[in-house]
Amino acid sequence: MSNEIKKIDGITKESTQAMIDKALEILPEKARKKRAPHLAPNDQASGSACVKSNRKTIPGVMSARGCAYAGAKGVVWGPIRDMVHVSHGPVGCGWYSWGTRRNLMSGTCGVDNFAMQFTSDFQEKDIVYGGDKKLKQLLVEAKELFPLAKGISVLSECPVGLIGDDINSVAKASSKELDIPIIPCNCEGFRGVSQSLGHHISNDTIRDYIIETREFAEPESPYDVALIGEYNIGGDAWSTKPLLEEIGLNVKAVWTGDGEMERIAATHQVKLNIIHCYRSMNYMAKVMEEKFGIPYMELNFFGPTKIKQSLRMLGEYFGETIKKKVEEVIAKYDPIMQAVIEEYQPRLDKKKVMLYVGGLRPRHTVNAYEDLGMDVVGSGYEFAHGDDYDRTASEMPDATVIYDDITEYEFEKFAEDLKPDLVGSGIKEKYLFQKMGIPFRQMHSWDYSGPYHGYLGFPIFARDVDMAINSPTWDLVKAPY
Amino acid sequence: MRQIAIYGKGGIGKSTTTQNTVAGLASLGKKVMIVGCDPKADSTRLILHAKAQTTVMDLVRERGTVEDLELEDVLKVGYGGVKCVESGGPEPGVGCAGRGVITAINFLEENGAYTPDLEFVFYDVLGDVVCGGFAMPIREGKAEEIYIVCSGEMMAMYAANNISKGILKYASSGKVRLAGLICNARKTDKEFELVSALAAKLSTQMIHFVPRDNQVQRAEMRRMSVIEYSPEHPQAEEYRELARKISENKMLVVPTPLTMDELEELMMEFGIMEADDESIIGVAETATK
Repeated sequence: MSNEIKKIDGITKESTQAMIDKALEILPEKARKKRAPHLAPNDQASGSACVKSNRKTIPGVMSARGCAYAGAKGVVWGPIRDMVHVSHGPVGCGWYSWGTRRNLMSGTCGVDNFAMQFTSDFQEKDIVYGGDKKLKQLLVEAKELFPLAKGISVLSECPVGLIGDDINSVAKASSKELDIPIIPCNCEGFRGVSQSLGHHISNDTIRDYIIETREFAEPESPYDVALIGEYNIGGDAWSTKPLLEEIGLNVKAVWTGDGEMERIAATHQVKLNIIHCYRSMNYMAKVMEEKFGIPYMELNFFGPTKIKQSLRMLGEYFGETIKKKVEEVIAKYDPIMQAVIEEYQPRLDKKKVMLYVGGLRPRHTVNAYEDLGMDVVGSGYEFAHGDDYDRTASEMPDATVIYDDITEYEFEKFAEDLKPDLVGSGIKEKYLFQKMGIPFRQMHSWDYSGPYHGYLGFPIFARDVDMAINSPTWDLVKAPY
Repeated sequence: MRQIAIYGKGGIGKSTTTQNTVAGLASLGKKVMIVGCDPKADSTRLILHAKAQTTVMDLVRERGTVEDLELEDVLKVGYGGVKCVESGGPEPGVGCAGRGVITAINFLEENGAYTPDLEFVFYDVLGDVVCGGFAMPIREGKAEEIYIVCSGEMMAMYAANNISKGILKYASSGKVRLAGLICNARKTDKEFELVSALAAKLSTQMIHFVPRDNQVQRAEMRRMSVIEYSPEHPQAEEYRELARKISENKMLVVPTPLTMDELEELMMEFGIMEADDESIIGVAETATK
């Protein structure tokens, strides 16, 4: 975090506010009043949120938000590789959330990874007569078919909550009968305003059903840590975990990318929790701090500047041994990173980026672009809370536009005004911006690429950004009008 | 085809009244179908002489999906050529009975149960309209005539008024109308006058006063309607009379439900309820000694 206020040429609080007001003009007064507090120019010095967040989306606008089930299945539970995750309800929710997040997994399918689509596939009769019996049968079959699975999560889809099925009692009874942890997660999609509540509910189930139920087999060391809120998108954890090990730490568990149930269950034994995605996992980080006295540290592994800062914070925390290794590691990678910057910066310097993603990226990736000489001129989250926006203020340049749960219309209008050279957002936004002739990267799943985390990830990130922006394709495309 | 839904407080005698009335219509030569919309599935037993008809949802559960069913599996013909279907549904406390009603009625529509020769379709619906599913029979394109079975008891009248509120809601957006109150007498004081007065306040009529008679129970024990069991009995004539009145009824109204105060006033007028004594509210028995 620098104390200097970063400005962007041509962007002032007044110009940003005028752009916001213009984009809101189209809305009826009532809707405009509701949307207005979610859009504002950043006040970098303030260090606090400039927008309202975590509110219900206004009907009629196009929102990119997900649901509580998405937060539970896609984000928190789904990536744990050695468990069977059951989408409990009609088939669609499970099907369309299968593999789309690109949280990669190691292991052998059916043996120590179960990256398959399990669903109770509700029919009319299950709605009318209740699905508890079917669930019970499904759990028996899952255990029979996959005896090596370390546990089963039962993730409720909407109808389960509507008809009032008691999955908790089924899970309890079956867990005992089958001698396997079964975790009922009441993450019905209609609960809450976005996927964020699904993260919270899932964290609560980890607290209630998982944590403290196992112990690490390996001996304890003062350098035992857990990596929390790392989902191994495009192999991110395979970059960050070795990096942390290189500086001398023992990464005992990763939550939950390429995660292992028993390691997650033993995390109460670590000495420090390193938290990457604060939004989806801060709940358990806080629980572990309060209940087991494990402190947590929020770090950032995007781009060499932030990686260096983060590693040095760990060095400070763990003392001389680690500090020494951190400096060795930094010395080893610095020239490699410098070479990457030297290669790409000339082509990317002063290019403008707009971001609209979830979790941690709208703030954590800002500096990685800046490492390449680029400027992030607008950023926002789908489902963040006030504390995320507090943490965003210092990362984003002053007076740039911050948008919460942005509508597609607002996003389009802002892009027309700001003329970004790159937009980083989701699949629903991708083709809109590409049709506008703006290079785009799908920054939820790293657009079939990755990893982007750590020293391993930065060269790939730089290459991908360069490839998107400087692709000769754009010169070959001529608008027919 | 006239589609008629029967509502009323739980236990008031909807199923018995419906089946006896339908038997009455059948004895007058009318073509009728009964659709039971209650998971208890007791809306057709007097017509079919059956303990419990196989329901649509029971078969769906057994065979897997609705698509696996044929109409003849669930549509049975009983006394007087009356066609009978039960929607069925779960035991109390599990699943979604309302969805069962929706699934069953959709199945009947898609599979051609509503044949043009039918003159009447009766929906016998569970006591309270607790969710959207139990309002399915009065949705657009279905029953447009509703009869409420009630008696001179306070809670039955209270329920009748509540159901009228529900009808009012649907009446404003569709064609559903209140066609009358059927008084299934419990031999309470001034019952005839009271139910007539309530009907008037609701802008409708008490279409018939069915006296209490144990012949109904004697017939029920034989799983028969009175009409079939003892066609000469005076009670059979009461149901035939009700059937005739329904057949000729043209009085379809948008109900004017009463406020709680108005309803209580009406009951006080007939001496069913005493005037409120505010001083006793919330005072325990021991506190007054």
